[in-house]
Amino acid sequence: MKHGMIVGAIIAVVSAAMIYWMRTIQWMPVQAASEAQSIDWLFGLHIDVITFLYVLVNGILIYSIFAFRRKKGEEDAVGANLHGNTKLEIAWTVIPLITVLFFAYLGTLVLNDISAAAADELEVKVTARQWSWSFEYPEAGVKSTELYLPVDRKVKLSMVSEDVIHSFWAPEFRVKMDTVPGITTTLRITPSREGTYKVRCAELCGTAHAAMLGTIRVVSAEEFEQWLQGKQAPTNPADLSEEELVTLGASTADAAGCLACHSVDGSKSVGPTWQGLFGAERTLADGSTVVADENYIRESILDPKAKTVAGFPDIMPTNYGETLSDLDIAALIAYIRSLK
Amino acid sequence: MHLMKIGRVLLGFIIGAVAGVVLLLALRLFLGMPVMAANPWPMVALATTTGLIGLMLGIEPSLGLARGLAGMVLGFALGLILVHFVRMLLGMDPVWNPEPAWVTGAILGSLGFLLGVGVVSDWLKWTDGRETPLQDGPPAGKPAWVRYFGPDQNHKVIGVQYTVTGILLLGTAGSFAMIFRTELSKAGIQFLPADLFNTFISIHGIVMIASILLGVGGLMNYLVPLMLGARDMAFPRLNSFGFWVSVPGAILIVLALFFGGWDTGWTGYAPLSVRGPLGIDFFMLGVFIFGFSSILGAVNLIATVVGMRAPGMSMFRMPIFVWASLATSLIQLTGTQLIALSFLMVVLERIFNMGFFDPASGGKVLLFQHLFWFYSHPAVYIFILPGLGIISELLPVFARKPLFGYKWIALSSMAIAIIGFLVWAHHMFTSGMSESLRVPFMYSTMLVAVPTGVKFFSWLGTMWRGKLTFPTPMLFVLTSIAVFLIGGLTGPPLATVPTDLHLHDSYYVVGHFHATMFGGFVFPFFAALYFWFPKITGRMYNERLGQVHWFFQTVGFYTMSLFMMRAGLLGMRRRIVDYDPALGVEGFQTVVTWAGWIIFFSVLIGVFNLVWSAYRGKVAEPNPWGSRSPEWQIPSPVPEHNYEEPFEVVGDPYDYGVPGSVYVKMEPEPAPSS
Repeated sequence: MKHGMIVGAIIAVVSAAMIYWMRTIQWMPVQAASEAQSIDWLFGLHIDVITFLYVLVNGILIYSIFAFRRKKGEEDAVGANLHGNTKLEIAWTVIPLITVLFFAYLGTLVLNDISAAAADELEVKVTARQWSWSFEYPEAGVKSTELYLPVDRKVKLSMVSEDVIHSFWAPEFRVKMDTVPGITTTLRITPSREGTYKVRCAELCGTAHAAMLGTIRVVSAEEFEQWLQGKQAPTNPADLSEEELVTLGASTADAAGCLACHSVDGSKSVGPTWQGLFGAERTLADGSTVVADENYIRESILDPKAKTVAGFPDIMPTNYGETLSDLDIAALIAYIRSLK
Repeated sequence: MHLMKIGRVLLGFIIGAVAGVVLLLALRLFLGMPVMAANPWPMVALATTTGLIGLMLGIEPSLGLARGLAGMVLGFALGLILVHFVRMLLGMDPVWNPEPAWVTGAILGSLGFLLGVGVVSDWLKWTDGRETPLQDGPPAGKPAWVRYFGPDQNHKVIGVQYTVTGILLLGTAGSFAMIFRTELSKAGIQFLPADLFNTFISIHGIVMIASILLGVGGLMNYLVPLMLGARDMAFPRLNSFGFWVSVPGAILIVLALFFGGWDTGWTGYAPLSVRGPLGIDFFMLGVFIFGFSSILGAVNLIATVVGMRAPGMSMFRMPIFVWASLATSLIQLTGTQLIALSFLMVVLERIFNMGFFDPASGGKVLLFQHLFWFYSHPAVYIFILPGLGIISELLPVFARKPLFGYKWIALSSMAIAIIGFLVWAHHMFTSGMSESLRVPFMYSTMLVAVPTGVKFFSWLGTMWRGKLTFPTPMLFVLTSIAVFLIGGLTGPPLATVPTDLHLHDSYYVVGHFHATMFGGFVFPFFAALYFWFPKITGRMYNERLGQVHWFFQTVGFYTMSLFMMRAGLLGMRRRIVDYDPALGVEGFQTVVTWAGWIIFFSVLIGVFNLVWSAYRGKVAEPNPWGSRSPEWQIPSPVPEHNYEEPFEVVGDPYDYGVPGSVYVKMEPEPAPSS
């Protein structure tokens, strides 16, 4: 049929061009985990088929609009008397059926591949709470507010939540998994690219969900060991200059999730702003006043419920004592002191 | 006369406002609270509400809506008092606890609304043995417009009530969207604090869903009896109840805004919902009550299709939209209960500490998600099956050609309905549910693509070698197909577990479901409104304005979808008030906001066109589209009881262009009734 040949040719050419073009677009963030490779491969295949079907249906649609429009003088004309075609119906039921089942099968293969345990996988415990992340390395007995990972080694994240459902997701790693109160969920990742990434909570968890970010540092195996040892035997804050402490404090504030609730520029957030905080007088919830000196700040980090500031909710996480070292806290205090 | 009318209306407002003030003062007195409160706004809000009720009653004392609202206010008051006194009698400390009081108030308020509006009056009379003849035309001695604001039994009036309320909710939800959409156009917080953002996205979601359910109800109620040759639905009183029960439900949902809002999204996941503010109760109770509209409407529709078809109308000779409606109703009838249950369990956990979802009490967090999605996935097929039915219904008319593969299309709707019940856990691939569930649900989800594909190919088959014309309804049908194509094609990456691990809870999902919702409901809904407009109103809409609406809605929406998905792929999460500029999605978000505004204004143009043309449009001929469907063989607007005589079905519905073929044999019509 003339129309069929023409539209078939158009679709063949356009879909080939478009599939090629779609493949040149960078859809995904950089691949930072080996899992990203198989997932991106599968996604790419999806896009190929989607592109073809998109061109197929739109092609016939648009072609029909032009080729089969009623022209002037054809006011009473009618279309061809086609009721259906059983062979065609069967074809366009069976072929899509096989295609979708095939993709489901590929999905199973990829899922099994990326979920597999490794003999030497690193175990890290992840705890999520409103609105910060903390990490524990049980073998080394280390707790941290940042997720340090050695490159090219599979890590098994065992994840819990202290309050509501959160979700662990670093787009560069692709995979995500919820953290659910009452159960421990598992996520396996093999980081493949050194660098700093953000874990972003991916399940709406209340007011500061948008800001619930954590820091992931993928480093070489040696650097990872060094870091672990450093956490086990932390540096004395007295050994660092004020400037170094402030810099460390700034990055700790980000990594530990403080900035999810405390602004540094005076703007209103879930918690009080840190700008101008150091040395200023604060009115507490019980009406008394206090000067925000070093001791006050240290106490507020380690035992937030001891003194709560009037006008703000009493929801600051209470476990920073476990995850922040003396160095971290000294650094935070230095940072806060620097915010005039 | 005019002056007296104005006087009566003003007096009504004043009396209403004063009654509200007195009610609030008396309530506070009863409840042992300070009679004058520091915050003036509750008083202002109540006085304005009761003032407006009084104003409406001043215009027309029999107005069902006004009486219903009055009943709702009184029911709320009763609930507050009841709980207060029960707590007092039980010696509880503190005696006043807002949550159970407001929850009881909401329930009794909804019952009060239904009593006030008058949709249970006939049934109450039956308990007394009294006769209640079916209504026959507008209420005696009242202007015609009054019937639209009360418990009318005519399916066409109810269809209009559903549709107009649906459009009102569409505008409400759309407005909330434009607020947070504007906030999101740039990184950083511009003007919308996080809590308000979370409430607004939640309200946008659930009110849109309510709007779609009402729109679907409107289409089915108006069209199905006409298409079947029936004089009305099987159960006219139930039909009226089914519409009016949605109103207190919707009111409760919007009221949540004023009781602290809520921060869980429309999906209401425990445990966040268990801890949420009072707004959660209003939201969940509102949905629970609203759901009855779906269930009861479905009962009516199924009974009507099964029992009231015209002579000769076998199942495969019904207009295809009826098949779509039947499949939709089967889902509504059986699935809605599950969202009601999941929400009820949250409210019970909140008020009575029943730890359904609390691990410390032996409950399971994930139970909520399974119960919730068991309805909420089939729900999306409720949203789209009627719209896809509209596409199938309209294409033959504008192609002058039979519907390609009628039986296959009819059965594909049923297949989608059934398979749709077997896929819910694809919303939970990253939820931490048992590993063993992920692969089976991936396979079942992929299956849904097959009957959907049958529909697409059948539509193309209907257009192929037709004689196409493109008035506004056809334009909307064509872009329904184009937009639904995007929605459908972007589904499989979500259905496949490994890719879903990246895509879940990202903006890609937001793009996907907006495309399916617009393609499956919004575009076909407007196609239907424009198409049947001359039949409903007897007038023609403005074609040029229709084209303008269509063009901007299409361009706006197509752009919006694609950029939403692009942002999600790059790592932008959904439901976030602010995004990391480092993701590189700010540009896309700005485009999405602009596109959203274009859609918003295009819809305004469309609604304006419809409203204006209803009064000032050119008088339309009875069958401007040359349709073979029975409703086009009778005068416009449609007479009170549709068909003077039952017609007989003697052929297939879509044999356009087959010489000498007839679908329905009407008896000769007398002169068209006014």
